[in-house]
Amino acid sequence: MSFHWLLEPFALGFMRRALAGCVALSLAGPPLGVLLVLRRMSLTSDVLQHGILPGVALGALVGGFSLWAMGLGGVLAGLAVALLAGWLARASGGREDSQLAGVYLVALALGVAIVSATRGVDLAHLLFGSVMAVDDEALLLMAGSASAALLGLAVIWRPLVLESFDPGFMRAVGGHGGVWHLAFMGLVVLCVVGGFAALGTLMSVGLMMLPAVAARHFAPDLPGQVRAAVVLALVASVAGLLLSFHADVPAGPAIVLSAGALWAAGLLVGPRESLRARVWRPHLRG
Amino acid sequence: MTPPPIRLHDLTCVHDRHPAVHHLSGRFVPGSLTAVVGPNGAGKTTLLRALAGLHPAHDGRIDRGGLAPDRVALLPQAGTLDRSFPVSCRDVVALGAWARMGPFRRLPAEAAARTDAALREVGLAGFERRLVGTLSAGQFQRVLFARLAVQDAPVLLLDEPFNAVDSRTAGDLMALIRSWHDQGRTVIAVLHDLELVLRAFPETLLLAREPVAWGPTARVLSAENRLRARLAAEAWSEESVPCRDAA
Repeated sequence: MSFHWLLEPFALGFMRRALAGCVALSLAGPPLGVLLVLRRMSLTSDVLQHGILPGVALGALVGGFSLWAMGLGGVLAGLAVALLAGWLARASGGREDSQLAGVYLVALALGVAIVSATRGVDLAHLLFGSVMAVDDEALLLMAGSASAALLGLAVIWRPLVLESFDPGFMRAVGGHGGVWHLAFMGLVVLCVVGGFAALGTLMSVGLMMLPAVAARHFAPDLPGQVRAAVVLALVASVAGLLLSFHADVPAGPAIVLSAGALWAAGLLVGPRESLRARVWRPHLRG
Repeated sequence: MTPPPIRLHDLTCVHDRHPAVHHLSGRFVPGSLTAVVGPNGAGKTTLLRALAGLHPAHDGRIDRGGLAPDRVALLPQAGTLDRSFPVSCRDVVALGAWARMGPFRRLPAEAAARTDAALREVGLAGFERRLVGTLSAGQFQRVLFARLAVQDAPVLLLDEPFNAVDSRTAGDLMALIRSWHDQGRTVIAVLHDLELVLRAFPETLLLAREPVAWGPTARVLSAENRLRARLAAEAWSEESVPCRDAA
C-alpha cells in the first residue's frame, strides 16, 4: 500500500508551512475553546471572528495588504467587539444572544462592504483562507500569535477557571473577575487573528471550537478535555490540509469539515456521552 | 477567634429602584448565631449578598469592622452554581484557600492538608478526585461546606444551606454550623424551617424588606410578628413613589 497521498503534499513548502501554522493553532486554540464552551460563550467566539473582518479589511486598505497591518487591524477590531459584546451582555440583562447576533451581522456586513470597496483584495481568500497564502510571514504570524495566546492562557488559567465556575465566589474573596474575562477575550482574539491567513476569518474559530465541543465525548475532567481537544485539532489539521490539497477545497472549510467529522464521530461512538455509550453499555451495579 | 461586630447603618439595597432591604439598622454581635427568616421576596438573599460585598448599598452603609473581603465567607443558594462544570471536589474545596494562594502562587502544603481534612469532616473522604458533576445535591452542598471550612473565615453567611438536602445531610451540616458557632465565629443563615430556627438559632432577624423584629428567637418569632412580616412583604407596588424617609 502506498502512502504517497499522505506524504507527498507535505513535500511542498507552502503545505509544510501551513501544517506548522495549523499545529501551532491546534495547541493554542482548543484549550481556549474548551473554556469558551464551559463559560457558555460559544456564540461569542462567532461574534469575534466576524468582528475582526472589518479590522482586517481596514488594515489591508491602510497598510497596503501588509499581513501585519491586517493582523493588527483584526486584533484591534476584535478587542473592540469583545468589549462591546461584554458591555451589551451586561446592559441587556441576560438577553445577550440577540445582542451578540446583532453585533456579528453588522460586523460581517461592514467587513464585506469595506473589502468590496478595496480593489485587489480577494474576498474569498479573506473569508475562507488559502494554504497558498501561507508564506514565511504568515507562518510567523500564526505561530507567534498562537504561542502568545498559549502562554497567556497558562498564566491566567487558575483565575479564569475559578471565574468560569463560581464568579460570585471570586468576587466575594476579592479577586477581580472582569480582568480575567477581558484577558481571556484578548487571547481568543489573538488566536482567531492568528488563524485568518490560512483558515480565513470565517473559519479560524472552527479549529478552536469544534474540537472543544467534541472533547466532552472523550474526557470527563477539564485537563482531559483540553488534551483531547488539542489531539482532535491536530488530527483535523492534517486531515483538512490533505483534503484541501487533493480535493482543491480552501483550507479553512476543509479543516473545519474534518473537525466536524471528528465531532460527529465523538457524538456517535465516543467513549463518553455518545450514542454508543448510551445504547450499548450496560449499567453498573453501583 | 473574635470577629468584629458587623453593623448596619440604615441600610437600603434596591433592585431596579425597588427596595429589597429597606432602612435596616442593627448589629450582628461577634460570635452570634443568627437566623434570617421572612417570606419570599423579603430581601434575605440580598442582605446576605450585601454583607458579602456582592450587592451595593443604595443608601446607608455596612460596617464590617475592617474585615478583608475573603474574611466574610458566603455559601450561595443551591442551584446558582454550574454543577456540570468538570472540576474535582478537591479543586473546589481548595479554592477556600484562595486568599493564601491567589491567582498564581502554589497551593500551600498546609492548605492542601486542610482541604483533605475538610472533605473528611463533611463525610466525603474518598471523593477527592470525583467530579462535582457526579455528585448529588446533598453531596455538592457538603463540598461547599468543606470549602467554607478551608476558607476559615470568622464571619459566615449561609443562604438556605439546607435546601434540597435530605434530613441526614441537614443534620450533619447543622453540626458543622454549631461547631463554627462554638469556635466563636459569627454565623448568619437564611432559613425557612422555623422549627429548626426555634431549636438551634439563639438570635433571629425577621425581615420583610423592612426589619420586623431582631433579637432572641422566641420573642422575634411571635405569631404577631410573623403576620406583620407577611403583610409587609406583599406591599410591592408597580406605581411606588420615592420613599419619603430617603434623605
